[in-house]
Amino acid sequence: MAERSNSEEVKLLGMWASPFSRRIEIALTLKGVSYEFLEQDITNKSSLLLQLNPVNKMIPVLVHNGKPISESLVILEYIDETWRDNPILPQDPYERTMARFWSKFVDEQIYVTAMKVVGKTGKERDAVVEATRDLLMFLEKELVGKDFLGGKSLGFVDIVATLVAFWLMRTEEIVGVKVVPVEKFPEIHRWVKNLLGNDVIKKCIPPEDEHLKYIRARMEKLNIKSA
Amino acid sequence: MAQNDTVKLIGSWSSPYSLRARVALHLKSVKYEYLDEPDVLKEKSELLLKSNPIHKKVPVLLHGDLSICESLNVVQYVDEAWPSEPSILPSQPYDRASSRFWAQYIDDKCFAAVDAVVGAKDDEGKMAAAGKLMECLAILEETFQKSSKGLGFFGGETIGYLDIACSALLGPISVIEAFSGVKFLQQETTPGLIQWAERFRAHEAVKPYMPTVEEVVAFAKQKFNV
Repeated sequence: MAERSNSEEVKLLGMWASPFSRRIEIALTLKGVSYEFLEQDITNKSSLLLQLNPVNKMIPVLVHNGKPISESLVILEYIDETWRDNPILPQDPYERTMARFWSKFVDEQIYVTAMKVVGKTGKERDAVVEATRDLLMFLEKELVGKDFLGGKSLGFVDIVATLVAFWLMRTEEIVGVKVVPVEKFPEIHRWVKNLLGNDVIKKCIPPEDEHLKYIRARMEKLNIKSA
Repeated sequence: MAQNDTVKLIGSWSSPYSLRARVALHLKSVKYEYLDEPDVLKEKSELLLKSNPIHKKVPVLLHGDLSICESLNVVQYVDEAWPSEPSILPSQPYDRASSRFWAQYIDDKCFAAVDAVVGAKDDEGKMAAAGKLMECLAILEETFQKSSKGLGFFGGETIGYLDIACSALLGPISVIEAFSGVKFLQQETTPGLIQWAERFRAHEAVKPYMPTVEEVVAFAKQKFNV
């Protein structure tokens, strides 16, 4: 048996329920890259995590041949540039720019706004839900005539937007507020079905039951009433 | 998109983000029409609102009938759409990741620290915010030392992505320094960055576009009615 070469040593410090961690696993799996997953307790950060990401102290951190890379969008581009099979970013400069734009939009606009629902009730909560829906409308429009945000096949923005499909939409089940009702967002619902038809996505997203339990527990901890 | 389609840049002379786009276009010797929005926070042109309907901000690069917004996106686009030398991003994936990480750090953490100093309501708040900004700059100083490897820029011998990203901090910091009387970039704590800033301002791809400290301070005084 040949000695396992260390030239492709890939580790991922992540957390099973984190959308930012899972998106890295999706990318690595799509590219057929083997990696060692090191589950982190983000409430009690390991010295390894603090050593590898001293600036932000957050997961995910990809370690490739001993060198750490942090920030999920940065990691995704690194993965795409290092392992060239099954590209996740398009080739065309403008399409790449749009992929970067929409990914930032998901993380900095949709995610940040949706999170504001935490701890809010009544009219304040309604306002946040409205604001989140306004932002989601942009994704809805992007999906018209497309199977995926990346076009015919799964791409960078789809991987990033799993945050919407499997975190935002799973949370609304728990919290009992339909942020993304199918009547208002038929394209997004169709897209989620397309995602679930992809083996890599199915394999890499957190298992639904466990995930819902986890979200419920977190909401309870944050004193949010469950449905 | 053909390289010789019309190129226009909607920017603002006072915007540090706009500066990033101008430097990138200059480095690549791209011929473009510059459309200035003189007081972009107060008044936005029809063209700007049409080209960047979601964020309504400068800079916006118009290449043929495509529009690209968000300054770091514009810089990366310019690097990729005009792939000739000089390269703006480094060539190795790890170095590229490093540049992107630090550029994001600047836009997320450093600018948040700048905003906190500007928005601080009382002395206690000001002290805390100033402390955070000093921390950020100390971290950037360390990054500069590591990245430049004794040469003049974050990119080494020549201006690169991280130099362009970091340059956006210079205007806002000089405004804060003028208003507060506190030096955030100083010889004792950030010697590398001080010298880098001088070198950067003097660079031929920067000098024509970067307002002087006096100009940004005067503009800020007018804006805040001081």
